[in-house]
Amino acid sequence: MGGKLFKNFSFFSATLSFFILIGIFSILFTYAQDSIREFGFDFLGSEIWEADEDDEEIGIFGGYIPVIGTMLSTLIAMVIATPLAMGIAIFLTEIAHKTLVKPVSIAIELLAAIPSIIYGMWGLFYFAPIVQSTFGGQGVGLLTAGIVLAIMIIPFMAAITRDAMNTVPDVLKESAYAMGATKFEVIKDVIMPYSKGGIIGSIILALGRALGETMAVAFLIGSVMAIPSSITDPTTSIPVLLANNFSEAQGLEMSSMYYLALILFVVSFAIISVAKFYFLGKKVK
Amino acid sequence: MNTKNLIMEVKDFDFTYAGVDDPSLKQINLPIEKNKITAMIGPSGCGKSTLLRAMNRIHDLYPGNKYGGEINLYRENGEKENILNLKKENDLIRLRQDVGMIFQKPTPFPMSIYDNVAYGMKLAGVKNKSELEGRVEKALKDAAIWKETKDRLNSSALGLSGGQQQRLCIARAVALKPDVMLFDEPTSALDPISTGAIEELLAELKKDVSVVIVTHNMQQASRLSDYTAFMYLGDLIEYDTTDTIFMNPNVKLTEDYITGRFG
Repeated sequence: MGGKLFKNFSFFSATLSFFILIGIFSILFTYAQDSIREFGFDFLGSEIWEADEDDEEIGIFGGYIPVIGTMLSTLIAMVIATPLAMGIAIFLTEIAHKTLVKPVSIAIELLAAIPSIIYGMWGLFYFAPIVQSTFGGQGVGLLTAGIVLAIMIIPFMAAITRDAMNTVPDVLKESAYAMGATKFEVIKDVIMPYSKGGIIGSIILALGRALGETMAVAFLIGSVMAIPSSITDPTTSIPVLLANNFSEAQGLEMSSMYYLALILFVVSFAIISVAKFYFLGKKVK
Repeated sequence: MNTKNLIMEVKDFDFTYAGVDDPSLKQINLPIEKNKITAMIGPSGCGKSTLLRAMNRIHDLYPGNKYGGEINLYRENGEKENILNLKKENDLIRLRQDVGMIFQKPTPFPMSIYDNVAYGMKLAGVKNKSELEGRVEKALKDAAIWKETKDRLNSSALGLSGGQQQRLCIARAVALKPDVMLFDEPTSALDPISTGAIEELLAELKKDVSVVIVTHNMQQASRLSDYTAFMYLGDLIEYDTTDTIFMNPNVKLTEDYITGRFG
């Protein structure tokens, strides 16, 4: 009797998350309908975002700039974060002295737990001026957002990668050393291939996180509806545009924002799915 | 003993693990004869694996362990080298190419069968493709696994069975043409048929290489080895020809262990 109850309950819980997923998707899709009908796929290529002067219910809305802004800021973050996170994970698993591993690990886990708005404030008031004096530009912009995003996802990536690398059996490493391999060769030829699944998984999960990050980027990207012509230029991203405009938008603009949200949802969902089915699903022996 | 036939020689050897006060091995003296199989037996914790792992300095992967005494490796020209004096990473790499090691569990690298065998040679700087191919084939033949693998050299080594993986690891070590091969309970994770195959292989291998094997299995030691060393609580109790150790040991403790009275 109790077993049946428990079974039903866990079945309910498991299916609930599935229905929530479907529910969110259909709400986004329904609310985006007006915009989808009006602009279709050209939405992605149009850089104008303007409500009609006389009637705020209509206007011309294109998602090119926030989509590009999202992609570029994420790309910058990934390019910076990936090698650093790998370096941290390798250091912690293979190089660091025992006494150092624990404090560094704890520091990394704490960094991962800091709310993103704190990264945003720190980035705006402290880091943006540094970027400005080093690379030029206005302080806020793609590069600043990308770097701070990188700092935010590094701990996350490093922690997952470290866990994956820790699963490499000692005897496997020893047998590579016993063949005359150096530490570098063991890392490159044994540890990296063995933990490949976990490493790629961590990259993709971090990518998903960077794509959807709102608060920190809202502080740092400049929130300007403009195509960036250099890496230090301000622009905007999908989550930032949504957060900034939601309170005032109506009619077609609101629908276009749902369209943007739908795009972000689909892209994030696709990325996580790829991570799950393609990389993490493959059993690493 | 006539040193002409020795390939290695452990002399007054002490070993202390990092962070421990008492030595785990005390004043060990053990000759390793050329082209023979020397078995080390003894109950768990007697130090036999610890001794084996000193012979290619694999202990050095973990900092803080202390060595004392000598472990000499005799080169072909008759010169002897105390491997405990090696300090530089390059010297240790060279040592490990001369003194190969096979572990308790098969440890195929996450790469193809071919790459597994070619790996050590590539590390050693062999670049010529046809030489590599030739030596891979020879090593696989020497390890009696060529027939099973020749049509799937490019598939992952992880797809082989446990026994095949262990023979692959032996092939991988043989490919480096070592002088000595150390086996740390190489069959304890394998089924009886795979174990039989590995034992046959060891008997073949000693034509080209000197073998030291640590085993829990006394039948295996008596079947395979030419010499046997019995160890107990960090001491080497008795070393002699395998026949003597098993038929007519000099020390009471050895006899008690052989006859299964303890351990």
